[in-house]
Amino acid sequence: MALILFFVFAIAAVLSGICVAFSPFGNNPVYSAIALIMTLFFLACEFVLLHATFIAVLQILVYAGAIMVLFTFVIMLLNLSKEEIGEERLTLTKVVGLVVVLIGLTYQIGRVIWAHKVAPVTLHLTDGGPSNPAFGTIQDVGVKLFQDFLVPFEVTSILLLVAIVGAVVLAKRKI
Amino acid sequence: MSNTALLSSIVLLPLLGALINGLFAGRLPRRVVEVIACSTVIVSFLFSLKAFLQLMALPVGAREIHAHLYNWVAVGNFRFDVAFYLDPLSSMMSLIITGVGGLIHVYSAGYMSHDPSYGRYFSYLNLFTFSMLSLVLGNNILLMFLGWEGVGLCSYLLIGFWFTDVQKAKAGKKAFIVNRIGDLAFIVGVGLLLGLADGNLDFTYLRKVTALRTLYLDPMMVKGICLAFFIGATGKSAQIPLYVWLPDAMAGPTPVSALIHAATMVTAGIYMIARLNFMYALAPEVLTLIAGVGAATALFAATIGIVQRDIKKVLAYSTVSQLGYMFLAVGMGAYTAAMFHLMTHAFFKACLFLGSGSVIHSLHGEQDIIKMGGLRKKMPVTALTFLTATMAISGVPLFAGFFSKDEILWKAFTNAHAGMTTVYWGKIFFVVGLIAALCTAFYMFRLYFLTFEGEYRGPKETEKTIHESPVSMTLALVVLAFLSVVGGYVQIGFAHVHLLEDWLAPVFAVGSLNVVETMGHSWEYATMAMSVAIAGVGIGAAYYLYMGAGTKIPARMMEAAPRLYNFVWNKYKIDELYQVVFVGTYRSFAHFSHRFADAFVIDFLGVRGTGALAQGIGRVIGRLQNGDVQRYLVVFVVGLTLILYLWLQ
Amino acid sequence: MINTIPIHYFLLLSAMLFTIGMLGVIFRRNALIVFMSIELMLNAVNLTLVTFSRFRGDSSGHVIAFLVMAVAAAEAAVGLAIIINIFRHKKVVNIDTMDRMKY
Repeated sequence: MALILFFVFAIAAVLSGICVAFSPFGNNPVYSAIALIMTLFFLACEFVLLHATFIAVLQILVYAGAIMVLFTFVIMLLNLSKEEIGEERLTLTKVVGLVVVLIGLTYQIGRVIWAHKVAPVTLHLTDGGPSNPAFGTIQDVGVKLFQDFLVPFEVTSILLLVAIVGAVVLAKRKI
Repeated sequence: MSNTALLSSIVLLPLLGALINGLFAGRLPRRVVEVIACSTVIVSFLFSLKAFLQLMALPVGAREIHAHLYNWVAVGNFRFDVAFYLDPLSSMMSLIITGVGGLIHVYSAGYMSHDPSYGRYFSYLNLFTFSMLSLVLGNNILLMFLGWEGVGLCSYLLIGFWFTDVQKAKAGKKAFIVNRIGDLAFIVGVGLLLGLADGNLDFTYLRKVTALRTLYLDPMMVKGICLAFFIGATGKSAQIPLYVWLPDAMAGPTPVSALIHAATMVTAGIYMIARLNFMYALAPEVLTLIAGVGAATALFAATIGIVQRDIKKVLAYSTVSQLGYMFLAVGMGAYTAAMFHLMTHAFFKACLFLGSGSVIHSLHGEQDIIKMGGLRKKMPVTALTFLTATMAISGVPLFAGFFSKDEILWKAFTNAHAGMTTVYWGKIFFVVGLIAALCTAFYMFRLYFLTFEGEYRGPKETEKTIHESPVSMTLALVVLAFLSVVGGYVQIGFAHVHLLEDWLAPVFAVGSLNVVETMGHSWEYATMAMSVAIAGVGIGAAYYLYMGAGTKIPARMMEAAPRLYNFVWNKYKIDELYQVVFVGTYRSFAHFSHRFADAFVIDFLGVRGTGALAQGIGRVIGRLQNGDVQRYLVVFVVGLTLILYLWLQ
Repeated sequence: MINTIPIHYFLLLSAMLFTIGMLGVIFRRNALIVFMSIELMLNAVNLTLVTFSRFRGDSSGHVIAFLVMAVAAAEAAVGLAIIINIFRHKKVVNIDTMDRMKY
């Protein structure tokens, strides 16, 4: 059951991911944005499969909600015409990049398969440690966040403040 | 007066004079400059005399006076004191330097009376005297080297004294550079000696070391040191192959030629070898070389002297030739004979130069003897003293030069030491010396006859102004002429007493240990007779060709063999040869260095190359960094993939 | 049971998404799409973090993923501001025209 769900979400995530980077509907970034929202949603589903409920919720709320709204907003703001978007170009650099990335990916996957053949041990999700009933809940993550990761958390607030100030400074015509 | 005070005042008084005259030259009246310059040297002479008398009062074996002033350098083993050392040899030298030097200072007061740079001249002359005295009286080789360089500097300054004349300035430069070559060998010698003598370069110590450790010293090392010092001596004492500067050095004022380039500085090389005789005793092969070079130089320079027309050039080549005799004597192990000739030569050659200076002074700078003649009537004192000195140098019996030259020829004939492959070397040197003596007698009397006898051949208007020189100049001439007569009697053999030889014997004890006389004393009279006959022939020939019936013959000979004449007239084209071989080679090397090392390696490869390299690298790297972030990412991914691949191996 | 999904399934999914994102960054000219591809890569990483977190039974990975989201938000804010700014000057948002440090 879980495996089936995993595959459904995984295939959906990969397909919509491909639509983000290489949208078959056109060059308009709106297609990509919508595809990305879908990808984020399917990934949130995967997070749920991983008992990461808090993260999954955040994924939907912050990512698919806030950040992607920002994206869409900017896309709308720019309102790029076809001429402004222009045509895609294939350069030697890109071809080299493609080849290298595919070779790298194939190599890594090949290694995993080969390693599995040599030592046919399959590690399952909970093999690593004891399972905790509260694992992944808001409470669990919150305790971690405010106890062990308090300083990074506070630094994050500063980061966000800086980002807000920076974004205002950059985007405003006149300060 | 303590020994230290005595010796240091001998050396330092002239320095004091040089400082006063050099610093206040422009502000002092002429008379004061003159008095300071002359009095310092004359007082120095008196002190030398006192020191000489003190030395004489000491027992024969212990005739040494030490004066330690202060320690200059002390590094590890190496100790270098400023200290003076008076022994019979340096005493004799200091007497000659201050005595002849004093006379020449007095003479200069008259000779330079019309020159505007009076103070500068006397400052240099005093400085020279100081340097020469420290060369002679220094108790170690480094102090000697200090004086050696000092006299070289003064020589340069005085040759180029009239530096506004480019030719004269160039002559000074030539003298300095040629001397430099010799000095380099000297420095090499000092360096080698430092290693040999454990850092102590005192003469007394060196003598002890060479005497005690004869068997332990590396013979090749000793020979190398002796050779290096000899090369140094050929530079300073104008021997083949470094003699070329001396004839050109006649560009300086004539008293300078008399003092520096005849009587004192050029004898420094002989003094040095005589001083180091204990070392040369260990390198007899080098001694033979010295004798050979000396004999060759004596003959070579004498032949050039025959055809020269410039009165000072003739005397210059004569000086080179006489120095050759001294080296011949040194090389034969006859140090006393060399020093003896050095002394008499100082007298008569100084007299000759001062006489020629008197002539030039009177003729307002004319130096060509063809345009002179008949000066005896106008300048009787100069003529008489010049004649006396000419007879002395030509070897007319009973004059000083006769005794000293004859002794050298006799020693060449009879002496033998381990460095001679065959005793016939000495005989060959003897014959060469005789021929040189013939030439000397001939060209010296040619000079005398052409200058002072016959009719005046110069322009008529100058004839009236010819006059005898002032007393300050003739006084020196008379004294020196007198010394050229009696100077020889200090060594005359009488009842087996040779004053000079006995006086110098302790100094040369080690050096003359291995020298043996191979011929009986009866031969001495034979050689004497031969040299007298040779001198007679030379004088007779000169009289016949320039005074008697044969006055046309020289011109005819010139026409008969113009090439030979021109070859000799141009001094065997040695200057041109050196120009091509050394200066030319050096120039082309410099040109090559300029083109290759400087322009190509440093400028092109080094300076511009570095810049171009940085630019080139920048251009290539700049291609990568073109702002295309996607390309950056590809490069990054390629790197990452490689790392992953290597890491996961 | 749900826990029987092999761990490397998640990892492979993450790798594929990451690769897709990277190819998008390499290939696309449009700066906005490049940006979104970057978000995709960040999410792929988040997936890995959460997977290992689950595997180890330690929710620290969730915290990191949370921080990554915060960074992504900040980055999106600043990055989009930059894109707007560049667009104002150049009237295009093609990434290959952005090769200067200063406009």
